[in-house]
Amino acid sequence: MNKLEEVFHNKKAFIPFVVADDPNFDATVQNVLTLANNGADIIELGIPFSDPVADGPIIQAADLRAFDAGVNTEVVFDIVAKIRESTTIPIIFLTYTNIVYKYGYEEFCHKCHELDISGLVIPDLPFEEQGELKEFTEQYGISLIQLIAPTSGKRISMIASQAEGFIYMVSSMGVTGKREDFSSELGSTIEEIRKTTDVPIAIGFGIHSAQQARDLSELADGIIIGSAVVEIVDKSKDLAQYSKEISQAI
Amino acid sequence: MKEMQRTDTKSHYYGEFGGQFIPETLMTALNEVSDAYDKYKDDPDFLDELHTLLSDYANRPSLLYYAKNMTEDLGGAKIYFKREDLNHTGAHKINNVIGQALIAKRMGKTRLIAETGAGQHGVATATIAALFGMECEIYMGKMDTDRQKLNVYRMELLGAKVHPVTTGSMVLKDAVNAALQAWTKRVDDTFYVMGSAVGPYPFPEMVHDFQSVISKESKQQILEEEGRLPDAVVACVGGGSNAIGSFAQYIDDENVQLIGCEAAGKGVDTDQTAATIERGTTGIFHGMKSLFLQDKDGQIDKVYSISAGLDYPGVGPEHAHLAITKRAKYVGITDDEAVDAFEYIAKTEGIIAAIESCHAVAYVQKLAPTMSKDKIIICTLSGRGDKDVASIAKYRGRDIDE
Repeated sequence: MNKLEEVFHNKKAFIPFVVADDPNFDATVQNVLTLANNGADIIELGIPFSDPVADGPIIQAADLRAFDAGVNTEVVFDIVAKIRESTTIPIIFLTYTNIVYKYGYEEFCHKCHELDISGLVIPDLPFEEQGELKEFTEQYGISLIQLIAPTSGKRISMIASQAEGFIYMVSSMGVTGKREDFSSELGSTIEEIRKTTDVPIAIGFGIHSAQQARDLSELADGIIIGSAVVEIVDKSKDLAQYSKEISQAI
Repeated sequence: MKEMQRTDTKSHYYGEFGGQFIPETLMTALNEVSDAYDKYKDDPDFLDELHTLLSDYANRPSLLYYAKNMTEDLGGAKIYFKREDLNHTGAHKINNVIGQALIAKRMGKTRLIAETGAGQHGVATATIAALFGMECEIYMGKMDTDRQKLNVYRMELLGAKVHPVTTGSMVLKDAVNAALQAWTKRVDDTFYVMGSAVGPYPFPEMVHDFQSVISKESKQQILEEEGRLPDAVVACVGGGSNAIGSFAQYIDDENVQLIGCEAAGKGVDTDQTAATIERGTTGIFHGMKSLFLQDKDGQIDKVYSISAGLDYPGVGPEHAHLAITKRAKYVGITDDEAVDAFEYIAKTEGIIAAIESCHAVAYVQKLAPTMSKDKIIICTLSGRGDKDVASIAKYRGRDIDE
């Protein structure tokens, strides 16, 4: 079984998101280890992009802090190498197509393999354009995480049939950020996905409270929390406490 | 059959450039636009309505004007201007907006959103939204809302809501980001009217098709006037919509030289430039694989030009393809050269042309004297320059009260 899929075996997965190098190298390493030691099951690490069109203001601001710290793709790899000295927790990258393209699809996947990166989430690389990259993610055993949105409709079976690792179910339309309401079609979309695949489904976009995490985790196999975690990091609040709270809630 | 075609992504490309690199949240909406465009582009009723609006509302065909004074002054090739500045709303942008808005109407959409740089595309979109009784919201970089205040007010006058975009470098690139984000928030009733020949398929193709009216007319007009094709066609390039429209009908005429003029800002070799084709490298951004100004890691550069309509870090995929295959040539024109041309064409021909278009005029000033008198150049004046008067005055150290 795929390493990511194993995580979901008999449990709901908590997948927090951290922007690499926000606000600096050491803090990122520390924050990832704090999450890993306090209930997180998979770490989603963001490689900042200058123009993150799928991200809302909180993550955009984190990207800017990382740029101020001098982040680039190599620095992110160094951060992962440092994290790997202390934990084997599955890590996936979230970044945009151009970052991977400029590094070179093969070189990027090779590097991910060396650093024991389990998967890639690339919001601006829809199913139809994945072919070139997929050749190398397969070669190096990295899951290319498929995103499914409330508007995916007829595309669901096509996308789900190629899913591996887990499916990133986008909870609602718009960009990342904390919200109170989610798409009313989440349940039916998940049912639709289930007709095609048993690959685990994790819901992301907008989740911040333990109550939301609990409610949504009943619909799926895991939850992804981005902006809320990034905000806790920014405001130096108790990350360990939050991580525990969420992982216990689901 | 349609389903088959859609999964054949190669048809979404110009050589190696193009594609559909956008979030899954927008893919269904984008495919709907694509299907609607396929359905209507050859539909007689659609074409009839399009042509009626182009002629009766937008003032087409635009004139092909022989610039006698400039021709004599420069002493070389005969210079013709394709006068898109005389269109209703004062620029070529209306050609494309009418087309896309008609598609939107047929799709049952009631709300138009758009990005804008100099404001010309925003004004055109707001205009057609007013005409069609549709809601309209325009995204414009804060830097551009500051330097193009007249156009901001014009859009508001037409009933549109203008959102100043304060993220990133606060120019056209950031306006596209904001408009794409706004589209993901509300797709059901909303059509994104892409203003330039950029973005994911089918936008580059739709913009190409709707702007091709420029070269369809100019070809017929020059044949009537001169009995032959031009030797060179010159147009300014930001994202590349007026240029692709100006080139389209000549691409297969190999003896017609196609020249796109990019904004070099303070110089192609400085970091304050927007000369994408000369300085850019292949990348994937704003829905397309194309050429972009970016660093080695793929972070998109901040770009600069005096022209709010040309300071974009990318270029349409078809232009990237025309450049790589050497079918078209792209040259950089600096702020100084464009401002000189702005003044030159005003004094020589009595035409105040948009600062964007003056990048093309500046190149014509260089090119015409190198060609013999029996040669012909067609240069597209993509827009009128009223919007630029205050900022050109400022550039020359004069502060005028808008």
